[in-house]
Amino acid sequence: MAARRSAAKAKPNVSADELKQYYRDMLLIRRFEEKAGQLYGMGLIGGFCHLYIGQEAVVVGLEAAAKDGDKRVTSYRDHGHMLACGMDPKGVMAELTGREGGYSKGKGGSMHMFSREKHFYGGHGIVAAQVPIGAGLAFADKYKGNDNVTFTYFGDGAANQGQVYETYNMAELWDLPCIFVIENNQYAMGTSTKRSTKSPSYWERGAAYGIEGEEVDGMDVLAVKAAGEKAVAYCRAGKGPYILEVKTYRYRGHSMSDPAKYRTRDEVQKMRDERDAIEMVRQMLLTGDHATEDDLKAIDKEIKEIVNESAEFAKESPEPDESELWTDIYAEELPQGEAV
Amino acid sequence: MATEILMPALSPTMEEGTLAKWLVKEGDTVASGDILAEIETDKATMEFEAVDEGTIGKIIVSEGTEGVKVNSPIAVLLEEGENADDIETTEQSTPVPEPLDGPEGRADPAPAATAAPSEEDVPKSNASPDWPEGTEMVTQTVREALRDAMAEEMRADDNVFIMGEEVAEYQGAYKITQNMLEEFGDRRVIDTPITEHGFAGIGVGAAFGGLRPIVEFMTFNFAMQAIDQIINSAAKTLYMSGGQMGCPIVFRGPNGAAARVAAQHSQDYAAWYASVPGLKVVQPYSAADAKGLLKSAIRDPNPVIFLENEILYGRSFDVPKLDDFTIPFGKARIWREGKDVTIVSWGIGMTYALEAAEKLSEEGIDAEVIDLRTLRPVDYDTVLASVMKTNRCVTVEEGFPVASFSDHIASTIMQRAFDYLDAPVITCTGKDVPMPYAANLEKLALTSVPEVIEAVKKVTYR
Repeated sequence: MAARRSAAKAKPNVSADELKQYYRDMLLIRRFEEKAGQLYGMGLIGGFCHLYIGQEAVVVGLEAAAKDGDKRVTSYRDHGHMLACGMDPKGVMAELTGREGGYSKGKGGSMHMFSREKHFYGGHGIVAAQVPIGAGLAFADKYKGNDNVTFTYFGDGAANQGQVYETYNMAELWDLPCIFVIENNQYAMGTSTKRSTKSPSYWERGAAYGIEGEEVDGMDVLAVKAAGEKAVAYCRAGKGPYILEVKTYRYRGHSMSDPAKYRTRDEVQKMRDERDAIEMVRQMLLTGDHATEDDLKAIDKEIKEIVNESAEFAKESPEPDESELWTDIYAEELPQGEAV
Repeated sequence: MATEILMPALSPTMEEGTLAKWLVKEGDTVASGDILAEIETDKATMEFEAVDEGTIGKIIVSEGTEGVKVNSPIAVLLEEGENADDIETTEQSTPVPEPLDGPEGRADPAPAATAAPSEEDVPKSNASPDWPEGTEMVTQTVREALRDAMAEEMRADDNVFIMGEEVAEYQGAYKITQNMLEEFGDRRVIDTPITEHGFAGIGVGAAFGGLRPIVEFMTFNFAMQAIDQIINSAAKTLYMSGGQMGCPIVFRGPNGAAARVAAQHSQDYAAWYASVPGLKVVQPYSAADAKGLLKSAIRDPNPVIFLENEILYGRSFDVPKLDDFTIPFGKARIWREGKDVTIVSWGIGMTYALEAAEKLSEEGIDAEVIDLRTLRPVDYDTVLASVMKTNRCVTVEEGFPVASFSDHIASTIMQRAFDYLDAPVITCTGKDVPMPYAANLEKLALTSVPEVIEAVKKVTYR
């Protein structure tokens, strides 16, 4: 494997409160996704549903490095990103069930949700289409002369798409404040990176375009945060884009209908047992005397309540009115709420 | 409280499955994520994981059972402090969630492509003068009119910028952006590398981010590389976001056949884009329309496909000398009034339509010529009102004949004005062949004035 430059060693000083916050934020995503899986099994969620379980440290660590006004855009495995940037679990879950109370009024579903308020620009169902879009968001910020950055998330599968490299070229050419976050969970649907990619180190491809980058341990929320802070500082300073290849792991199938034949049960279990991001923070809190078992139980309980409330809301919210079929095809005027 | 574990739906189409194997037994402690069972669906054998933590209190459905309905209880999970005696048998009483309405559950028929008006809604022509009588006119080429439209809008709004191949230093591959780099600088007039897919997507992102990009494609043939961003990202996001995200962007450039550039550089994409809800599609003929419609396109809060034509770039027309002149979308222009036949066209098709009408008048046939100008929205009423008067219609375009926009016009007339027709609608289109290079074949592949004249004579039975 190529020499790796990683910020993972330089862990930031982190307070007990921050650590507890990361624990809570990651746990929210996990419990939310487990509930989504359950509702899918009950037929309340239809179509495609891609769960984020296992990858929670990626978005929680990077959100910890973001400031208000920063933007984010991602693929169809998007529930975790939405929860991490502060979108309401009720609105997300109700979109999953295709209800009026969902973020897209039930018209987008799992893969297509947005929030102008939280600067979340989707939720895109076409693999890698979000990459130039993310660079375009960064273009808009640079054009307007502010110091916001855009987190453009994509997977190891998307990393072989041509438009990624078209975008790298222009992003570096124009010094766009864009952080390309490659969430390398090692499987593009059922194809392991070993079977799809000759050179396994995706971040190194940035070098061909003059883009700086590094590999990050995506199961360690503090390492992700540290790398995120470095990337953010680089982009905010006007030095152009930055690549973070975050090595992570998806515990669940690609979507709900995944036969799990392409990897062994042992491989998944080993990651869960030895590298789980939430368990790692839990142990740090306990061994560092930052929290007691009871403190953590209280957090668990709080999260469970939030998730159950979101599921209740998602069941009770009505299906969209039939008149909604014909709305939102054309805008009469630009949607309100300037995206700056 | 004991929780029932229900038979899960593991694919969008699964209604029942086989409980192939239990991987836990009664009394086992499980945590969320642990694999409980293997279930065979209609597609594959899949693992089924625990959602909650607890102890397996009872296994209701034994392994090997086939035809287990989705949502029927297969086991009971006990929480901390409960034991198997707490289990109430609820096997028969578990409410099964009502199936959600699938597409097949919707009884409503697909509405007609247009919001069809009721019977009493007789179409009235929308055609009206585009500028006040007595307005001073200047002669301009389509090329100059397009440039002026962009420059005026860029002076008025700093959020408007143009990007594309050769738009800046080269002054435009077809000289549409002449002098714009000098006036607006390289922040707003941006040369891109030859990467249509990438820069179209960057344009879409910039529009999401609050700017108003004009993306020039050197020709729309090359926009094929970018069509995913145009359709899936630009056109659909407003709807998919429940109205939250606008995408105010103009994709423009020459479209259709030029001269002697053969199959890969000669396609008219009007029908493709016009079929997509969420896009607006403009295909102007005259310089005044090119200017007024492009200004409207830049101000529009939606993605607009603006289809120009290389052959028309150098043609001169009268353009009104007005400070701020726009033409609204969805309003056709009647170029020539007549009573015997309606000729409907747009874009470069108008050159055939107008010339044919001129020649037909020499033979005593009085043709009304309508320029649609925009294909989405399209001005059905002006067409229908005319057809109800003339009782005959011929359409003219250069696009391929199968699933053409002409077909859509013909079918709309059939559905809404059938009783007024004295002859079938004839569509004059390009031929059903890739564009050949040879000069004689190229000419044959396009429609022609004699074809239009022949079609008109056919529908007027002359």
